[in-house]
Amino acid sequence: MAKRNSVNVVDKLGEGLKSLSLPLLSIISALILGAFVILAMGLDPLSAYQNLIKGSLGSVNAIGETLVKTTPLLFTGLSYALARRCGLFNLGAEGQLYMGGFFASVVGIYIKGLPIFVHLPLALIAGFIGGGLWGLLAAWLKLKFGASELITTIMLNYIATHWISYLVTGPMKEPPGDFPQSAQIEISAQLPRIVAGTRLHLGLIVALIGIGFFYWFLWKTTIGYEVRVVGENSEAAQYAGMNISRNALLAMFIAGGFAGLAGSSEILGVQQRLFQNFSPNYGFDGIAVALLGQNTPIGILLAGILFGILRSGANMMQMAAKVPIAVIYIIQALVIMFVVGSNLFNILKRKRIVAAIAKGGKLEC
Amino acid sequence: MLDLITNFLASDFRTATPILLAAIGLVYGQRAGIVNIGAEGMMLTGALAAVVGSFWFGSAWAGALLAMFSALLISLIFAYLTISVRADQVVVGTAINILGLGLTTSFARVIFGVNTAPPKIDAFEPIAVPVLSKIPLIGPVLFQQNALVYVALIVVPIAYFILFKTDIGLKIRAVGEHPKAADTVGINVYRVRYGSVMVSGLFSGLAGAYVSLGLLSFFTENMVAGRGFIALAAVIFGKYNPVGALGASLLFGAGEALQYRLQASGTDIPFQFLLMVPYILTILALCGFVGKSQAPAASGQPYVKE
Repeated sequence: MAKRNSVNVVDKLGEGLKSLSLPLLSIISALILGAFVILAMGLDPLSAYQNLIKGSLGSVNAIGETLVKTTPLLFTGLSYALARRCGLFNLGAEGQLYMGGFFASVVGIYIKGLPIFVHLPLALIAGFIGGGLWGLLAAWLKLKFGASELITTIMLNYIATHWISYLVTGPMKEPPGDFPQSAQIEISAQLPRIVAGTRLHLGLIVALIGIGFFYWFLWKTTIGYEVRVVGENSEAAQYAGMNISRNALLAMFIAGGFAGLAGSSEILGVQQRLFQNFSPNYGFDGIAVALLGQNTPIGILLAGILFGILRSGANMMQMAAKVPIAVIYIIQALVIMFVVGSNLFNILKRKRIVAAIAKGGKLEC
Repeated sequence: MLDLITNFLASDFRTATPILLAAIGLVYGQRAGIVNIGAEGMMLTGALAAVVGSFWFGSAWAGALLAMFSALLISLIFAYLTISVRADQVVVGTAINILGLGLTTSFARVIFGVNTAPPKIDAFEPIAVPVLSKIPLIGPVLFQQNALVYVALIVVPIAYFILFKTDIGLKIRAVGEHPKAADTVGINVYRVRYGSVMVSGLFSGLAGAYVSLGLLSFFTENMVAGRGFIALAAVIFGKYNPVGALGASLLFGAGEALQYRLQASGTDIPFQFLLMVPYILTILALCGFVGKSQAPAASGQPYVKE
């Protein structure tokens, strides 16, 4: 008996290590392949990666900047993961991020004279709702008209970016209007800096709370449980009397809300104004974050930091090693491919075990 | 008035062509049960490769060939991961799009440098078909276009014929509807799916070449601007049929043509709203203004041979 227990512990530890080893293997493989791509460009991959690390972790300021980039990635990662847990593909985080930034800006700019402990939460909630409604729209179009969210979310991204472009060149343009940007966010709605000498702001803490909420909602509440059942087996969920439409709407609202917070924290914490293209594709980065993090809270946190490192080190990489920033997209895509590719080994292994059991063998390995 | 209509329709065919080219390929993928949302990335790859090919070899056709070849390579990655490894098609498609964005943005920078004036390259110029181009209305609309527009229009009936009137087409459709049954009667499901994805890769590449050498004559970052996704919508809206895809592409192209027309006419509507038109139109179309469109039964499902 004692032996069996100890075996279980070892098994569990092994499982844990294995669930970490696949993502790690994917990252390493992606970096190696990325190095060959950099070589193909006639550039030096070693110098590229050195500068990437130096630029992201080489000083307090660099680490602060890495966490600044991590913040929106955590939100968009949560956004994709939450929808995925409900069986939906949210490819619209980018647009939801912009709508969140828009809502937060409206509250942050045009409401004046509030104390920070009222104004800031209000602006964040507005951002959540803005992104949430944009996500909800896609879910509604799917449920009501059968329009696939794969395409509608993407189309809504383009609509949102053009909408922001209209706002900052038109109605929300800062007087006297020399630049296509909004007026500054009121101080009382700005996310305060939390480490002196860096741009690191309170948004990171909000993102960590978001991760906590993600865990609590999906694994500790009845509604969250239903969302997961719908995602894993919608027929079973229907059979059990769960309201699939309601769950889908709710999941897309929260998913959009997370993305909206990515936009709000970027506006309220970093940019302090609304302008065009303030997100360098954070919405799509979130997909890679969630996939690498396997839609789990801890996984998303680690993956968010990793992609934050890539993002913040990329500038130094481009300046010092002349390697274009866009190389990090290649690495990101490769990470995704290796993650989904390595899942093959999982499937094969499970099959072999199942086959062994079916052959009448005992459960001992 | 006739001039206005003629101009608008001619412009519609120009803007519809990249969507149509990509959609023809995607119809084949979809019919075989593959949802290829990586078309956007494949088009983007094609768009850059076309410019590079034209720049290196001094011919737009060489550019188009290089575009098709590059997108074909990318489509093989997609095919391997979705068909052989059986990874989720949407996830792999998304990765392909990110890869396409990364590869094209980086290589454009490395090959052409930063902040330099775009080099003069050979692009696809309009070719007037003798006699036919003189017909009022139809002439300027159909017979004063560039070569790729003609290619797209000629391919539509061919693609239709192959898909619905030949053995190969029957096999493709069988694989998309019921892969297991297809397998039982001796059709190689994997081979058919690989082939279909490769077809969609080739056409996505050509569509990309059209964007960079037909609409413009240079490459800019992320220049495909969602046309790969709109093509996917055109496939659904066109009921998984090349002829339907032609109609859908013309509709979506009209959105873009309308936007150019209105901008040129100096309307009071802010241009950003005009830029939204193609995307809004796509959503409206998907919401089923012409009734439901039924996807092949095994759409998106990996096939496991037993």
